[in-house]
Amino acid sequence: MTAHDAAAPALELRDITKWFGSLAALRDVTFTVRPGTLHALLGENGAGKSTLMHIAYGMLRPELGSIRVDGHTVKFRSPRDARAAGIGMVHQHPTSIAAMTVAENVELAMGRQQAARRLGGSVEWVRELSEELGLPLDPLARVESLPISMKQRLEIVKAIVGGARLLLLDEPTAVLAPSEAAELMSVVRDYVAQGNSAVLITHKLAEALANAEEVTVLRRGIVTHRSRADATNAEELADAMIGAAGNLGRSGGPGQREPGEPLIVARDLVLRRAAGPPSRRVIALSVRAGEIVGIAAVEGNGQRELLRTIAGVVPPWSGTLDVRHPVAFIPEDRTTEGLVSELTLTENVVLGDAPGAGWRVDWSAAERRTAELLRVYQVRARGPGARARSLSGGNQQRLVLARALSQEPRVIIAENPARGLDVAAAAAVHRRLAEAAEAGSAVLFHSTDLDEVLERSDRVLVMRQGQVLPAPPGADREEVGRLMLGAE
Amino acid sequence: MAKKVLTRIPKEEREESAFRRRLRVARHTLLPVVLIVVTTLLVLGAALSLAGYDAGLAGAALWRGAFGSWDAITSATLVRATPLIILALGFALALRGGALNIGGEGQFYAGAIAAAAVAAHVASLPAPMAIGATWVAAFAAGVIWVSVPVLLKLRFGVLEAISTLLMNFVAEALVSWMVQGPLQEPTHIYPQSATLPASAVLPVLPGTRLHLGFGLALVLAGVLWFVFNKTRWGFQLRAASYEPRVVEIISRRNVGAMLAIALLVSGGISALAGATEVGGVSRALYQNLSPGYGFTAIAVALLARLRPGAIILSGVFFGALEAGSAAMQRDAGVPAVIVYVVEAVVIITLLLIEARGWRRREALAGA
Repeated sequence: MTAHDAAAPALELRDITKWFGSLAALRDVTFTVRPGTLHALLGENGAGKSTLMHIAYGMLRPELGSIRVDGHTVKFRSPRDARAAGIGMVHQHPTSIAAMTVAENVELAMGRQQAARRLGGSVEWVRELSEELGLPLDPLARVESLPISMKQRLEIVKAIVGGARLLLLDEPTAVLAPSEAAELMSVVRDYVAQGNSAVLITHKLAEALANAEEVTVLRRGIVTHRSRADATNAEELADAMIGAAGNLGRSGGPGQREPGEPLIVARDLVLRRAAGPPSRRVIALSVRAGEIVGIAAVEGNGQRELLRTIAGVVPPWSGTLDVRHPVAFIPEDRTTEGLVSELTLTENVVLGDAPGAGWRVDWSAAERRTAELLRVYQVRARGPGARARSLSGGNQQRLVLARALSQEPRVIIAENPARGLDVAAAAAVHRRLAEAAEAGSAVLFHSTDLDEVLERSDRVLVMRQGQVLPAPPGADREEVGRLMLGAE
Repeated sequence: MAKKVLTRIPKEEREESAFRRRLRVARHTLLPVVLIVVTTLLVLGAALSLAGYDAGLAGAALWRGAFGSWDAITSATLVRATPLIILALGFALALRGGALNIGGEGQFYAGAIAAAAVAAHVASLPAPMAIGATWVAAFAAGVIWVSVPVLLKLRFGVLEAISTLLMNFVAEALVSWMVQGPLQEPTHIYPQSATLPASAVLPVLPGTRLHLGFGLALVLAGVLWFVFNKTRWGFQLRAASYEPRVVEIISRRNVGAMLAIALLVSGGISALAGATEVGGVSRALYQNLSPGYGFTAIAVALLARLRPGAIILSGVFFGALEAGSAAMQRDAGVPAVIVYVVEAVVIITLLLIEARGWRRREALAGA
């Protein structure tokens, strides 16, 4: 290593242009990561953040532009080339093998020679290493049994073990509770302090400002802002992301609707769990027409089981559950549970038809219906014949929501409905839910983002260890947080 | 009104015209098939030349044997295409839902046994009823035969690709026992069943050997086309092959039950091929009744991309190869087993094209 190399940027993407068909995903984007820094990459859904990172990681090849790593021009033909150059990526969706243990997945991520040495004896080593990194993991746990925050940890450990000196983190905190996110950020800070570098893709302005040295904002494939983090502020970044000073507030305040008859009534309800014995807790709750009820809970406290039981996806263990039909369910993971990415938008809409919709499918009517939904819900797509995978995350969520609401449900159950969405898209989702409530539906939702729950609900329920506790009316963030953690 | 809206939508978001879409679909579906057929014929020619045969002579014999005359078309090509089409339809039904039914050969024999056994008891019935009885029996036998792998899959998660394959060997052993035991012809000399009574023999197109089974194949293709393209169940079955959780959570369907039904009916359809072969061609149950129809049918279905209409065409293509290869052996001295080489080339070329398409999709999906 010469002095020149040491001073060279860890990663330099210069004048990158990338087309998807006739859609320009990136236009003349230049993006530079200095060694020893954390660089935040901000932007709305579909702004091109992931595309840019996939180019840096060798998953996509740009039409124009060059890539330099540590001052050397490189040409990546596959992620393997990128890994060899010291670039590691932590994807939004975990890429570990679900049926294998943590230790086995880490072994797979290691270089071949390293793996041969460690094979079999890696259990203790993985435990120590993960603790050393500040990301403790149980090496013998099967990945499928891990909560999503643990899967995320595993992804990071894998990337570091694979020899990455530059980590690309694709919205790592989107699925984490605030305390978990803070933990993760401190790990990334430590990693960077050792002379490595990292790129943090995020929607959260505060997170970017608090942790990164530098900030770049993309908007519709163009760089609209680039500066040191301490030389800018949230308003400036929000303007760069959204274009003008966007309306970040909610449309209607809480409590404007008059609650009607109860549409969800649960008594003596005992939940089934994915594995092991049923929950020992007995649940009673009721949600009325016109109400938006938010569930605040730290991951793994039974909120997922509760929502899925009420939605009718999982049968209850025992007790009585009275839910008015039709019920719309908006699952957390839109790519594996909400949409079939290989199918067209029309086909995905037809998948959501009510069970009593008849045994034949009228495809031309379905296509007209889909076109109408795309228009009304402002889904950006080529048309009803486009495949679901061609949509950005935000547009996929709009489609999921449009499909659910088009059935005119009496009851709407939503898991993390704004997950991974930018501020404007998240606000749009909640505006739709509020409209449905005004029209007389009962809405019950959970979000890992506590602020979202507090801001969007008429009434907040807290779940802790399988128990449902009402938050006192007008409770503030601290009170609810203490209830969630059992520290009152 | 619509026009006004259109002008404001940027080009990349405008919907493609119906014509362009049709062109794109044609490029993605038709082109690979043409490519495969041409590659296959080229490989066949090259292999024959390398092996020292006269490729031109062999090719001419192949063509004559398959399409050279009205008789070649009806009595050779279409007769051989019949079981291939029916078996391929059965295979396609299961694979639409993502289940691999490799047991067509065994289900064919289950149907053949059932048809031969029932035929002996319905001699006195009028022909339509007698034939109907053999078909119903064959369908039921196929369902029962495939129910073993289905139960194993539902209860213990045994891969149906393996269990259906293994059931083939059981079926062959069963036929062998049947023609030397319970179903052996009355004189107990030959390893075959009694000849079918006239009422159970399928009618033929006058002057040819083309039997009613071909009609059944066409009807079945029509029915499956309707199920796949027009019914909710058929559509959900396909969706489940991509992402079963979506069908369970969003469509509220029991995907396990849907797959079980698809596999059971798939077995029943495959068994009908055995019934039409016994009733229309051999007119008695023999060992080795099928020259591997159950496996060739997989290539037929894959080449047709599981589309019922295309299965008829690709079934005729393979039927022609089988018919032509017999003529090739007779006239050019080329061993008829060369068809298996052709089948292998088709399947491998197909898999290559699929793999390429898959990789490109992966790259796009990452965007």
